[in-house]
Amino acid sequence: MTFLILTGIHKRFGPTVAVEDFNLTAEKGEFVSFLGPSGCGKTTTLRMIAGFEQPTAGTISIGGTDITNRPPNRRNIGMVFQSYALFPNMNVADNIGFGMKVRKRPKDQIRKRVDELLGLMHLPDKGGRYPYQLSGGQQQRVALARALAVEPEVLLLDEPLSALDAKIRVALRKEIRAIQRQFGITTVYVTHDQEEALSLSDRVVVMSEGRIEQIGAPADIYNFPATPFVASFVGTLSLLQANVIEGATARLSIDGQEIRGARPAAGDGQRVTVALRPEAVEQGDGGGSNRLRGTVEDVSFLGSIVRTRVRISGRNTLSFDQFNDPSLAASTIGEEIAVSFSPESTLVLEGRASADAVIEEAIAEV
Amino acid sequence: MTGGTPLVAQAPKGPDSLAAAPVSRPRRSFGRIWWWAVFAVAVLYFALPLIGTFAFSMRSQPLFSAYAVVTDDPQFAATLLYSFVVAIVTIIVSIVLIVPTAFWVRLRLPRLRPYIEFITLLPFVIPPIILVFGLLRSYSGDPLPLAGSDFGSDVLLVAAYVVLSLPYMYRAVDTGLRAIDVRSLTEASQSLGASWFTILVRVIFPNLRVSILSGAFLTLAIVVGEFTIATFLARPAFGPYIQLLGGNKAYEPAAVSLISFGLTWIAMGLLALIGRQSRQKIQIAGAH
Repeated sequence: MTFLILTGIHKRFGPTVAVEDFNLTAEKGEFVSFLGPSGCGKTTTLRMIAGFEQPTAGTISIGGTDITNRPPNRRNIGMVFQSYALFPNMNVADNIGFGMKVRKRPKDQIRKRVDELLGLMHLPDKGGRYPYQLSGGQQQRVALARALAVEPEVLLLDEPLSALDAKIRVALRKEIRAIQRQFGITTVYVTHDQEEALSLSDRVVVMSEGRIEQIGAPADIYNFPATPFVASFVGTLSLLQANVIEGATARLSIDGQEIRGARPAAGDGQRVTVALRPEAVEQGDGGGSNRLRGTVEDVSFLGSIVRTRVRISGRNTLSFDQFNDPSLAASTIGEEIAVSFSPESTLVLEGRASADAVIEEAIAEV
Repeated sequence: MTGGTPLVAQAPKGPDSLAAAPVSRPRRSFGRIWWWAVFAVAVLYFALPLIGTFAFSMRSQPLFSAYAVVTDDPQFAATLLYSFVVAIVTIIVSIVLIVPTAFWVRLRLPRLRPYIEFITLLPFVIPPIILVFGLLRSYSGDPLPLAGSDFGSDVLLVAAYVVLSLPYMYRAVDTGLRAIDVRSLTEASQSLGASWFTILVRVIFPNLRVSILSGAFLTLAIVVGEFTIATFLARPAFGPYIQLLGGNKAYEPAAVSLISFGLTWIAMGLLALIGRQSRQKIQIAGAH
């Protein structure tokens, strides 16, 4: 059942376009993430759902009701902020009960609900504490409980884990997902952390410069990026410049070495970008029918994996990952090696005009 | 203060790394002497006039008779009470006006802040005499002949005092607002269903309590001692009463000054007490 619908949303701040033609439908109970770099419009879109910003054009509806012009306090939305935004003058229990108190619920009902949520957040004895007496992770749990206490129709989370340290971030991330499933609440989660978006979401909306680049399940976003931006932003990618030898059979040439792509490519002789995930490439011939030769340029030890960068020729480099195996000797810099990968994992990208800049950047990073 | 000398004597004994510490010690103890000297000068500066005033008030025989005369004078209690009531009304009006304004400026109109700050500083630039003559000229005739009646003059007096207290109240509130994340707290309250009124009363006011109190007590201190505006509006306030007393009696004005000074101190003490209590309450509540 379609529950949250954003149709043709535009937002301008003076001459600046913050969000352009944003369309999204989310099912009831779905977990959708907005992923993108800062300034891509993800938070602005979230704030429009919350009612803190008014769209310049477009409509937002929840459960079949148009709420575009409703003030935020009449939308029945739960919101969790990056800065926690707990009321410093109230203790934990009063913070959680605030929304119910505003709705004039009976006192014993508020107390029962607060106790229930405190238990759920593993903070059963912290009701009398004040926000400043809690750790960041605990404060964010209280903020989540406070948002859930009013039984909102939609839960909005604006980079809720950004201010926390890595371990707590991962633990709390799992908890957020578990609680969201338990409540079956439609959730929109804003983040610039791709790992968070991919691990949490039913669907990910990748945004750049106010526009949606791609909407899809995490695996689709990762495996089949629709635009060069998505390819470069999500995961690590090697991007190589190639020429199309024969588009219909997806025959491509990378600096004179021939490979095949997964799908038919654009016209013959055109320049395209080939994207490869480090995990899709193997040293030697075992990786698939596409083979390239090059010189080892760098070997990075990343713990469980070893990432090797190979220069194919002039501008083109690609990276590949191997599981760290102490019995195997790593490649040495300057060594000539062959790598292989399957045509299925060879993504051929044909993007907008600005894609070149993105590719340049990504090449510089890999 | 004398502890510095033997420490200097130890300096040559130690190796280089240790020598550094004793060298810095005499400097620190010199710093301490300096600190005490400044403190002593400050104490003398503030205490001498008070001691002098007290000594002067004691010249009337028998001892404390000046104080007895003052406290027995029904005018003293009446004017002081009048001024306190006016001060409290002024404080309430300025809180109601300034807290929502400062909140709104910070939340929605941050570009207006420099202008608002400039306006709030105007009472420092425009003398009260100008203010009161402006009020008298504007409100002596139609359409609002407020200056003609006692109640109308009371209203004008409060209005003038609200203007006088603007710099103190606005600054105190604005500083308090800077210490809290106004935008997130407001949005969090809104998303939980709170109206603007609820946000102000349940979230903004409680978090500004100490700031509002400090602004309020400054206002109290100014209003209770104010002379010019009260005189020209012909209100029975405490300031004109002290002046009247000073013109007719010798020792009593000194006694009145000290009493009003003491009352101001009590007000400040009250502020400190309430401020500390609110912090203690939080800590005690958090301890169990």
